[in-house]
Amino acid sequence: MSLLNLTLKVWRQSSANAAGRFQDIEARDIPDHASFLEMMDIVNERLISKGEEPIAFDHDCREGICGMCSMVINGRPHGPEKTTTTCQLHMRKFKSGDTIYVEPFRAKSFPVIKDLAVDRSSFDEIQRAGGFVTVRTGSAIDANALPIGKEIADAAMDAAECIGCGACVAACPNASAMLFVSAKAGQLNSLPQGQPEKTRRTLGMVREMDAQGFGNCSNHYECEAACPKDISVDWISKLNRDYLCSAVVEKEAVAGGGGD
Amino acid sequence: MPLDSKIPSGPIAEKWSKHKRDSKLINPKNKRKYSVIVVGSGLAGSAAAASLSELGYKVKCFCFQDSPRRAHSIAAQGGINAAKNYQNDGDSVYRLFYDTVKGGDFRAREGNVHRLAEVSVNIIDQCVAQGVPFAREYGGALANRSFGGAQVSRTFYARGQTGQQLLLGAYSALNKEIANGGVKMYSRCEMVELVVVNGHAKGIITRDLVTGKIEAHAADCVLLCTGGYGNVFYLSTNAKGCNVTATWRAHKKGAFFANPCYTQIHPTCIPVSGDYQSKLTLMSESLRNDGRVWAPKKKGDNRHPSQIPDEERDYYLERKYPSFGNLAPRDISSRAAKEACDDGRGVGPGGRGVYLDFAEAIKNFGQKTIAERYGNLFDMYERITGENAYQQPMRIYPAVHYTMGGLWVDYNLMSNLPGLHVLGEANFSDHGANRLGASALMQGLADGYFVIPTTIANYLVGEKPGSITTEYPEFKKALEDVNARTSRLLGIKGKRSVDSFHRELGLLVWDKCGMARSREGLTEALGRIPALREEFWNNVTIPGSGEAFNQELEKAGRVADFLEFAELLCLDAREREESCGGHFRVEHQYEDGEAKRDDANFTYAAAWEYTGNFAKPALHKEELKFDEVHLAVRSYK
Repeated sequence: MSLLNLTLKVWRQSSANAAGRFQDIEARDIPDHASFLEMMDIVNERLISKGEEPIAFDHDCREGICGMCSMVINGRPHGPEKTTTTCQLHMRKFKSGDTIYVEPFRAKSFPVIKDLAVDRSSFDEIQRAGGFVTVRTGSAIDANALPIGKEIADAAMDAAECIGCGACVAACPNASAMLFVSAKAGQLNSLPQGQPEKTRRTLGMVREMDAQGFGNCSNHYECEAACPKDISVDWISKLNRDYLCSAVVEKEAVAGGGGD
Repeated sequence: MPLDSKIPSGPIAEKWSKHKRDSKLINPKNKRKYSVIVVGSGLAGSAAAASLSELGYKVKCFCFQDSPRRAHSIAAQGGINAAKNYQNDGDSVYRLFYDTVKGGDFRAREGNVHRLAEVSVNIIDQCVAQGVPFAREYGGALANRSFGGAQVSRTFYARGQTGQQLLLGAYSALNKEIANGGVKMYSRCEMVELVVVNGHAKGIITRDLVTGKIEAHAADCVLLCTGGYGNVFYLSTNAKGCNVTATWRAHKKGAFFANPCYTQIHPTCIPVSGDYQSKLTLMSESLRNDGRVWAPKKKGDNRHPSQIPDEERDYYLERKYPSFGNLAPRDISSRAAKEACDDGRGVGPGGRGVYLDFAEAIKNFGQKTIAERYGNLFDMYERITGENAYQQPMRIYPAVHYTMGGLWVDYNLMSNLPGLHVLGEANFSDHGANRLGASALMQGLADGYFVIPTTIANYLVGEKPGSITTEYPEFKKALEDVNARTSRLLGIKGKRSVDSFHRELGLLVWDKCGMARSREGLTEALGRIPALREEFWNNVTIPGSGEAFNQELEKAGRVADFLEFAELLCLDAREREESCGGHFRVEHQYEDGEAKRDDANFTYAAAWEYTGNFAKPALHKEELKFDEVHLAVRSYK
């Protein structure tokens, strides 16, 4: 194990409406086996011992699955390693002498709470606008009564791997949430269980996404590059198709008096 | 106080049906008048909040994370058990029940366990209907695998992310109910006190973690679905935020804490790499289906694993437990790893590790197949250790993973404190002294989806809805207490960080109350914990204020509670003069090192009452009866 000496430039912002700034912090003697968040822990311990406020950042499981950690590291959400969340990034990927910029996820729909912690409740609101199958507890049929081909189940699982971290939004020049929304809608829209509510779901989630102030997708694909779970932009194409179909279905329903 | 488990009479297989038949009903119109507080949004909490809202109850749900979807259930990897017998391999509700009672080393309640096995089949149906993408066969049927401690394939899974997918399913059900107004969700909002009015749990005090606002919430009953206390050890596989605060606050208000010494040490985690370590990462137990566990035969053998020939390797699980081999239950596998390391045959930094070797599986099935099965785990291992497990064996070591103990509850999942219900890992009832793999997800969802929706009416029917409000003096007093505690913490302005206390406590508890415990060691820990607690209250430093986002203050409140809870943990471990499941007392073992239970004296659940003095809690015993599965030495040989 070797020790690294680093210069951090960390975004400090005391509250949502306060002005922010970069603070220079010398992080010396950082073990290269430590994770990025453990490096932040070490830095915070030193700040506390000097009587200063530690750097606020979100984290919880520290094993890449809860989606709570965020941070833009050297301009990239979750840092330089592909398909790796900040909590799984390890310091052996950096060199002694490096300068590392650490910023919050930046998007209008993710307001800063403090320092590196942001409010991502807009994602919950999108999910509440249709990201579910309406099935009461107790009313389900036997699980094997509905065969689902392995390919379909696997594809749905690919979409379902999304951890809702918001890196896609932070990476997008328009702060679009299309990768997130397309993965969430796409999982259910691909499965037979999701068919009855497909139209409502698609329209509801897309409209909520707009209402929450996320930008439009203009096919930069930065989202896919930043996604720690390797969610494919193909889901965005699928969502666009589903949206178009849903909008037509809705229009016809209105024209026909809403059906019976 | 006598502890009445309220287990229904009659044959084991008919108890739950009978209880459902005998349970009280509240008519749909009246259900709307009742309000329920659900603390925690993991599998148990989300499932309960959603299901109760569907029934018509008014629900408030609280979580400290920024979204209910981030609760730590999300990190469970391997799978969920259900007695579907889709594999035609002889499984049944009875066999799942039997395996769970035996796996729990005869320290769980038979009645609860049978119910768990019964509703397991409904859980799978429910999750599939929600769109949970379980693994499937080409024909479209659900796939299964076998899991530690079981000889049938009854585990359903979604790659290595089963907990994530089940939680997202429960979260979607919760979202559906939030959208239709049945559930009001409070995220980044932590319960810091329980409010008891006239002997009944009627509300909570919360702290908004963003604004610091302290608020009172009243309801007709309270459900704690707040997970386990594994982070008392500081290093565990739990998320950093997991804590004992909700259950400990309830304990101090009168709820009995049962069997805290039953802690599960998971055998396959990535070893500690240094003193900066903030958490430990589990490698799914499913890896033991294809991986072979070994340690060098020679002490201090520091050759590269590829240089150690087969005849100089000790495949100790296969040697000691030929019928279960690498799939031996968690407590047994963990202790065996510790023994090898204590014997000087451990590998890696500090000699605290053994190998989990896939060379033979890769030779037999090809790297592609192994990558399909466990690719994400191998990737995670490489990210953390910098080592490629396709080329050299993984290094693993046991780590604290789950806690079987928790607040005492009866068959209705209600604690001795009327109105207070406890679900999932937070209660004590279903796993006994050791939990089998893939049973935690099952229990969380069983409690939330299928048990509490039936049993809650048994309490509520006797309560006048909405009769207790936050205007009651008990709420004012609780608010004052919380504010005073916060001010006191912030006012200490000492020299040591919160984490430094937590680490010190964790090391002590791991050392004296971890995988092997002795009366002497526990007594030593019991002497040192109060001193550490006192130092904390005199020398901790918490920068910032209480009226803002303050993560040090959040941690301080939780660590303060761990510093009290740790004492009960060690007391319970010292009181239980036997070895069973995850509780191993070095004084009580057979000559071959196997755990030695003392059924004559300890076939009971230890339910502890807070008396105002941490050193002298009152012990209440619930005798456990084994009418179906006869008490026997648990053998996996």
